[in-house]
Parts: sequence; C-alpha cells; structure tokens
Amino acid sequence: MIEGILVEGLIYGIMVLGVFITFRVLDFPDLTVDGSFPLGAALMVQCILLGVNGWLALLVAFTGGVIAGCVTALIHNHLKVPNLLAGILTMTMLYSINIRILGNRANVPIIDHKTILTDVSSRLSGTIPEEYILMFFFIIVALAIKLLVDLFFRTDLGMTIGAMGNNEQMIISQGINPKTLKTIGLGLSNGLVAVSGAFAAQYLGFADVGLGQGIIISGLASVMIGEFLIMKSNRIGVLTLCALVGSILFHAVMYLGRYYGYIIKMTPNDLNLIKGLLIIILLILTQTRKFNMATLKAMVQK
Amino acid sequence: MIALNNASVIFNQGTVNENQAINNINLNVKEGDFITIIGSNGAGKSTLFNLIAGTITPTVGSIHVNGRNVSREPEYKRAGYIGRIFQNPLLGTASNMSLEDNMMITYRKGFKWLKRSLNNKMREYFRSELVQLKMGLELRMKENLLMFSGGQRQALTLLMMVLSKPSLILLDEHTAALDPKNAGIVLELTNNFIKDYKLTSMMITHNMSHAIEYGNRLLMMDQGEIIFDVSGDAKKELTVDKLIEKFQELRHHGFENDRALLSD
Repeated sequence: MIEGILVEGLIYGIMVLGVFITFRVLDFPDLTVDGSFPLGAALMVQCILLGVNGWLALLVAFTGGVIAGCVTALIHNHLKVPNLLAGILTMTMLYSINIRILGNRANVPIIDHKTILTDVSSRLSGTIPEEYILMFFFIIVALAIKLLVDLFFRTDLGMTIGAMGNNEQMIISQGINPKTLKTIGLGLSNGLVAVSGAFAAQYLGFADVGLGQGIIISGLASVMIGEFLIMKSNRIGVLTLCALVGSILFHAVMYLGRYYGYIIKMTPNDLNLIKGLLIIILLILTQTRKFNMATLKAMVQK
Repeated sequence: MIALNNASVIFNQGTVNENQAINNINLNVKEGDFITIIGSNGAGKSTLFNLIAGTITPTVGSIHVNGRNVSREPEYKRAGYIGRIFQNPLLGTASNMSLEDNMMITYRKGFKWLKRSLNNKMREYFRSELVQLKMGLELRMKENLLMFSGGQRQALTLLMMVLSKPSLILLDEHTAALDPKNAGIVLELTNNFIKDYKLTSMMITHNMSHAIEYGNRLLMMDQGEIIFDVSGDAKKELTVDKLIEKFQELRHHGFENDRALLSD
C-alpha cells in the first residue's frame, strides 16, 4: 500500500511541480495542464509502439509539453486573451491532437511492450525486493527533477521569473519583456506535466485521452496540502519539497478513498467530488488560520 | 537629450468620453537637468511620465531620445535607459524574495540568462552600496522584503535604479505614500544621488516648496499643458505664493492647492 501511494504520489508529483510553477511562481492559473498531461502520455505510448528508446521518448514528451505551454503563452501574450481562457483553448485543441497522436483511438495499451519501467525492473530485480523497485526509482527521479527545478529558480533567469509572478511592473522596469518570461515559465511547467504524464502512461500500461481530466485540480490540491502542512518559506527548495510531499499526501487520501471508500458507500466516481471538497476545506482552513493569526496579533498589541 | 515634439494624448478618441490628457506638449530635457513638475490632480503629470516611459504611445507627435524616435518603442525596451519610481513603494521590488535576490535582479538592466551571478563578491558589492542608505539594510541581506517598511523599500528601489545607470530617471511622487520622516530621508537620498551621479531627472511632486527647493527647472502643468516653465536664476527666486499667483494669472482660476499647501 505504502509503495503504491509513494509511486503514484511521486509520478503525479512531477506534475505538481509544474502546477506549482504556474500557480505559485508565475501567478498564472494555467489549465493547459489538463491537455499536456495526456499529451505526454500519448507521445510516450506512441514512441514506445514505434520502438523508440524510452528515455528519448521521455524527451519527446517533454518537448511536446513545452510546445503546448508556449502555445498558451503566445495566445495569452499576443492576442490579449485572459490566462484562464488561453489555457482552456490549448487544452481543448490538445484533446483532438492527443487522439491523433494515439492513431485516432481514445485508449492505447502498452502492456506487453518494453518501457523505461520494465527496463528498470528487470535490471534491478534481485538487488531490491520486487515491490520496492519502482518506489526507489521514482524517489530518485522525482528528487532529481525537484533539484533541477530548484537550480533553475536560483539562476538569474529563474529569479526574474519568480519576481515577475510577484511584481510584473518591476520586471518591466528592469527592461525585461514579461511575455518572454511567461513563455519560458509556461513551457517549463507544461514540459514537466508531460513528463509526469509519460511516466503515468508507463505505470498504468496505457494512454488515454481522458487521463488529464481534472488533473489541474489534483495538482492544485497537492500544492495546497503541501503549503498547509509545512511552514511558509521563500526558499525554493522548501517550496518544491512541499509540493512533492503534498502530492504524496493527496494520493494517500485518494488511495484510501478508492480502496476503503466502500465502507461509507463511496464509489470511485465520487473521487472528483472529494478532490473539490478537499480544496474547499483547505481554503477554509487557511483562511481561518490567517484570521486567527490576525486576531492573535491584535490581542497582543492591545 | 529627451525631446517631446507636439505630443498629444487623447483617451477614448471619437467617443463621448474623449479626454485630451496631454495637449500639444513640446519639451526639451537637457542632459543633467533636474526638473520638478507640479500641477493639480488630472493636470496630466503622470500621463506625461507614462508617455516618456512608454506605458502609452502618443496619439499625435513624437518622442525622441538622443535624436532617435522612440514613440513606438515598448515600455520594457525604454526601461533599459529610463529608470522610474512610482508612488507605491511596493512596485519597485518583489515582496516574496530576499533583499539580495532583489538586488541581484535589479542591479543590471536587461534579460538575464541561466547563470548564477549571486556569489560572495556580489554580496560584498551590494553590502557596500547599501551602506549609503544608512538604514542598516546591509545587515539584513537574507531577509524577505515583506519585512521592510515602505520607506526602506523605496530607498532600496532608488539605490538599485541609480546603480543600473539610467540616462533619465522619472520620479512619480515617490515620497507621497511615505510618512513625513521617511519621505524626508528618501527625498534627501534622491537629491544626493542625483548630484553624485549627475543624473538627468524629472520629479513630480505635490509639495510646492519641494518643487522650488530641488532641481534647476520647474514645470507647472494644467489640463494637459505645460503652462509655466522656469529655470535657472528665475527659479531660485520663486516662492510658494509667487507660484500660486502665477497660476491664477495664467489660468484665471485658483490653484487646487489643498494638498500642495498642507503637505509641507
């Protein structure tokens, strides 16, 4: 059970890192994610079926995600479309594109094909107990991606992107075009989401166009859980770690809902409702916590 | 150095809400000038700055910088050589980042690439510059800017703008949102920086005595026009009363001066 939750939480954790970049660093609610996640899955599956090397396929998926993100950024920047609508536009277009990539099918299985995961499992079998191989693999992959994201946001470019999410006027005053920064940020974010989708497809053994449905909500809920549980900080390393931990906790809740929900007569169809309620509860909790802090301060000052 | 030629700005042209914010302005800013600008609310002072900074483009006329027509150049490009400070002290810095990160972003203008320039040598440089502010900020390099006061942030914005060596600085009532003590400190810093670094600058103020005390040239604006332009010795002889008199003489109605008189 634990290893299942961890694997799921870490695979989707890569997506959560992407959502964290758009929602929290860029302050750009990006709904492209719902399309770029299955895009990554579709590209991965199609590459595997074509016999492309798994890691190369991962790169293809990443590039696909980057392009999807850039399209959203271009729509937003140049056509003055509000950010939410720009994301929805790309997401809607990606639905058709994903079906095209999958060869006009909505669901394509890759059960008997060689993937990165089967490769890793066969190489490591014997050294680590079978059920923990994927867990260790994804701990390493997710941490490596987290560290790369941290590294990126500590470069000059990354810092200006962070500052833009906070204060766009400051970036304009520095003689930097915020449109360029938004394009880079959205590209990076959706690239990560697509990589997450590519791993999800290998783990699940299929790619499905519906794979991304509501994924933005899962990502947002994970980000919020992470933020709620761990102290506020402005260190990027802590923030990305929060996102990953949040993702694991979120999937633990979902896992419990899926396997033990029948006790309270819950079906898997109720999970989307649970996700939404979870976000609402978290919002209420953070609001009251802020409120409590404010009243506490006021009392102390009296 | 900066020249506005017959520049006009008309908002909502052709509709009932048509509003001529800038009315056929000709202005020539020479290198080393420190121009103070006064005028009542809605006189077009901020619009004039928006025009020079590139936030808006002129409806008619043109803007030249060192002989080059920049009328259509976007704001972010002009920001490469024009520094601007706003009334809101939060607009110049990023709240959720540390002081040193903020300085890293602002000490040099232009796009930044994938390298990490913040090292101990940079930190030492930032520290030595921060000492000039005499606010003890050099000891708080790793603190979040959220913890700093408006006055400290405005002083910091000012310092960072000066370090990026702009050809022209625009100060849009940059002390108006601060408490009197901090406003005084920031204004004094501004004056010193302008002198020390020989900056060409334009400053909007609501405070007439400041407008008279600082700078070598004074512009008075009303209804989108520059109605009074005085520099050199003539400016030195000005007083607040003379200014108000002048306004009445020129416009045949009283200067809307509640704030201007109260704020000294």
